[in-house]
Amino acid sequence: MDLKDLYQEIILDHGKNPRNLGKFENFNKDAKGHNPLCGDKVHVYLKVDENKKISDIKFEGHGCAISMASASIMTELMKGKDQKEVNELIEDFLKMIKDNPDLESNLISEDDKTKLMSLSGVKKYPMRVKCATLPWHTLISAMTNKPGEVNTEKED
Amino acid sequence: MNIKDIKKEFPIFDNKVHNNDLVYLDSANSSQKPKVVVDRIYDFYTKEFSNVGRSVHYLAVAATNLYENTRVLVQKYINAKDPNEIVFTKGATEAINLVANTFGQKYLKEGDEILITELEHHSNYVPWHYLRKSKGVKINFADVDENGDISIESIEKKITPKTKILAITHLSNVTGAILPIKEIIQLAHSKNIPVLVDGCQGAPHLKLDMQDLDCDFYAISCHKMYGPTGLGVLYAKKKWLEELPPYQGGGGMIGEVKKEGITFGDLPNKYEAGTMATAQVIAFGESINFINKLGIEKIEEHERELTKYGEEILRKNNSVKLIGSPKNKGSVLSFTLDGVHPHDIATILDEDGVAIRAGHHCCQILHEKLGLAATARASLGVYNTKDDLDQLNSSINKCIKIFNS
Repeated sequence: MDLKDLYQEIILDHGKNPRNLGKFENFNKDAKGHNPLCGDKVHVYLKVDENKKISDIKFEGHGCAISMASASIMTELMKGKDQKEVNELIEDFLKMIKDNPDLESNLISEDDKTKLMSLSGVKKYPMRVKCATLPWHTLISAMTNKPGEVNTEKED
Repeated sequence: MNIKDIKKEFPIFDNKVHNNDLVYLDSANSSQKPKVVVDRIYDFYTKEFSNVGRSVHYLAVAATNLYENTRVLVQKYINAKDPNEIVFTKGATEAINLVANTFGQKYLKEGDEILITELEHHSNYVPWHYLRKSKGVKINFADVDENGDISIESIEKKITPKTKILAITHLSNVTGAILPIKEIIQLAHSKNIPVLVDGCQGAPHLKLDMQDLDCDFYAISCHKMYGPTGLGVLYAKKKWLEELPPYQGGGGMIGEVKKEGITFGDLPNKYEAGTMATAQVIAFGESINFINKLGIEKIEEHERELTKYGEEILRKNNSVKLIGSPKNKGSVLSFTLDGVHPHDIATILDEDGVAIRAGHHCCQILHEKLGLAATARASLGVYNTKDDLDQLNSSINKCIKIFNS
């Protein structure tokens, strides 16, 4: 195990200075996520336009560097994506974090893939996988208008 | 006390963690086990095993005697008046649930109040919470002060004529506050309020005397006392155990069972339904012997000295903020670090073999009051040394380096 794989520069940067942190006025979808075991919380706000595209996305929350960086990178990549693309990216990310060695989707640039792959370090730290996936499960919940809070102990 | 020799009695320290020596600073969560305790479980299963209290054959009689021996050891260890005041449970959680359930059933009605504190572990809040729904009772919280302490005055302020029971921790698992439990019990008794003490953190670290404390109930977690998991102890004054109804029904706890009705067994069987955690109870006897051999006062002194040392070096570290500075502090060092989340601290420390806990430590009410989502916590046991705390400090510095580079 190597801590440098987990705390890569990209992670530390996004963890310390999360992009798209905050809330905006005219969001039309949102969802909350919570990890009851450690107390991490995230609240994702979306503006989805008439073409089902995410025209704006922000998040509020607190948690470890991994969960903050994951939410930050996720919001950067999701802006401008339509529902189908969002689903594809979420599925690709969750598969990569669990089993796949790499990302398979061609929806994002190589640079963005590198950014997203910086989260792959958690694979060696099973207790930290939930930190990385919490914002993504919360995004699914917001997109599908699922009632209630995302709870890491109830997701797989 | 020679700690190096004591450490050798714990086989876990023969193992490496990520190629480093294990620095175990998570004893408030669960303590490590000395070899005598582990061996006792093996010996019981390989040489002496039988069910307790059921049969008349040789092994059954021997196992029953061993099981009951531990009850007497516990009774003496906490200076209870009678061995029948010792009830084995599956944990301190079950011990508190037992009291909340049976006491609630028999004595509480709508509008009655239960007094707990903001320091309580979830296991001394959630069991009482059920009575809100089933009985319509109210739960009041005595305020924790800025030092992470609970004063007698803060308890007195929340006592009303409707307060029917006080449930309070002996030693906080987050701030380390050792509460003036004897005075609090005297206060409650002067108003005819019985007291349950959550002794999960008290029993492994402090000398106990039930007759002197005069508490009504005291809950103990055996796995935090160098003992096996799956086992707890409920101490209760005999009059309560006689008056309260049984908690669970099953074999072993009955007197006579007929189609028309059932009578219940005598103490302590009344509260020990079904086959109990026999091997664990017998092995827990060895935990008590282990503590007695070292002397709880000596353990207390060693841990107090180490806690002081830990506080000193962490105070000198400008990035560390210690949580709680109670008047009387047990061996718990909770802290936060500027710019590094407790989970990241725990992961980075783990790489050096330093085991701490990060999170809310099952005390969300307290963390909300402190305005913190999570803290990191180093907690001590008899096997810890100053070297362990030096390693903690140097690994903390590594966190700072990683996050500020």
